[in-house]
Amino acid sequence: MWKWLHPYAKGEATYRLLGLWQPWLSGLALVFVTVGLVWGLFYAPPDYQQGDSYRIIFIHVPSAMFSMGAYTGMAIAALIALVWQIRTAEWAIAAIAPVGATLTFVALFTGAVWGKPMWGTWWEWDARLTSQLILLFLYIGVLALYYAFNDARTGAKAAAILALVGVINVPIIHFSVYWWNSLHQGATITKFEKPSMPPEMLIPLLISIAGFLFLTAALITQRLRNEILKQELHRPWAMEKLGVEANHGV
Amino acid sequence: MNKASSWQLMTTVMRRDLAVALRRRSDIINPLLFVVIVVTLFPLAVGPGPDILGRIATGVIWVAALLSSLLGSERLFRDDFLDGNLEQLVLSPAPLPLLALGKVAVHWLLSGLPLVILAPVCALLLKLPFEAWGTLMLTLLVGTPMLSAMTAVGAALTVSLGRGGALLSLLLLPLFIPLLIFAAAAVESTLVGTSAYGQVLLLAGLMLLTLMLAPLAVAAAIRVSVN
Repeated sequence: MWKWLHPYAKGEATYRLLGLWQPWLSGLALVFVTVGLVWGLFYAPPDYQQGDSYRIIFIHVPSAMFSMGAYTGMAIAALIALVWQIRTAEWAIAAIAPVGATLTFVALFTGAVWGKPMWGTWWEWDARLTSQLILLFLYIGVLALYYAFNDARTGAKAAAILALVGVINVPIIHFSVYWWNSLHQGATITKFEKPSMPPEMLIPLLISIAGFLFLTAALITQRLRNEILKQELHRPWAMEKLGVEANHGV
Repeated sequence: MNKASSWQLMTTVMRRDLAVALRRRSDIINPLLFVVIVVTLFPLAVGPGPDILGRIATGVIWVAALLSSLLGSERLFRDDFLDGNLEQLVLSPAPLPLLALGKVAVHWLLSGLPLVILAPVCALLLKLPFEAWGTLMLTLLVGTPMLSAMTAVGAALTVSLGRGGALLSLLLLPLFIPLLIFAAAAVESTLVGTSAYGQVLLLAGLMLLTLMLAPLAVAAAIRVSVN
């Protein structure tokens, strides 16, 4: 297996492989997101309790799911970068973090917009909202550290260590925030109990979740390809890709 | 290198750190003064009534402690990095995480422990009911080692940057949240008359976990920074 994997430690091979995946991922993302959102936003039946305002779930839930999924992916890349010193994995951190941060922000924003009609407030110190907010801080921390160093390699490694420290902390933070919430929150807001979903709502939600998965993967793939190209710009293959004349020995 | 000489090297590093720190006392005293001043500001801002102050006392003291740990974090590795001592530690045959643990221990001795001793004064100023003083000190005693260890991770990551201050707070404060939550909950439990045993034990568990894993992260971060 190692022999098979080894070529992908090189930027060029990874670039090619991702290039093969890229159109498929983008196409699937386009189809699934469109079908899921159009179905969910226009054709799914309104909720008996929340009316039409529940429809934001078709964006909120998938983005929240993959905001955490992206963090896990970033931590795995960080582990690979630190243990096997593979530079592609270091660039993957930089490729994943902004996508994850954006998903986190989208989840927070849609949560706030959803909270306004449901709970009567833009922001509630609800456990999920709070831990999502902290996740956003963690993402920003990794990004800030990544770009804080003059030497890109040092920055990537430092960010990798931070991502790993963060991933150990994420469950602890998550758990503590839930615990804090159950301790402090009185019955001031009656949180709407999630009913088991009828299939007319569940199917578009699942399609939308799949769509966001493909979308996340496509965005990360594209960002990673750009990053590889940027970092390998001094190599002949990258210059060729960009159509830059390789001026050898000048 | 055998085990005994690794320990010896660790104690040497600790003794040296202690000696250096004790010759620059202002570095030790300033973060503590910071805590007292922050604590003083709150009654001026929210009013001196005991009902408000008593309720927010734990939170204020703990947040001040978190912020002051950021203030004192430069002392951990900054000078050693600049004068090349850190490189010597990396090159030494003793395991780097062990040496890092030694440095963390000294840092705690000079920043965490004084905070525990200072806590009653802050509690008095903020009119925290007397029955909760013990719990507050206990949470600080159990929580500050964790604070020192996490701060060391952040300090080691940012030591090669000229100014890591604002960045450091961005990296570390989110990671302090569980500590803050459990410490505040422990004191709260005492205030409402139930046992704080569970929360303190949880804090102790987190502290042990941190002391076990953080030196590894510190060592990795030092290696990255020194290169």
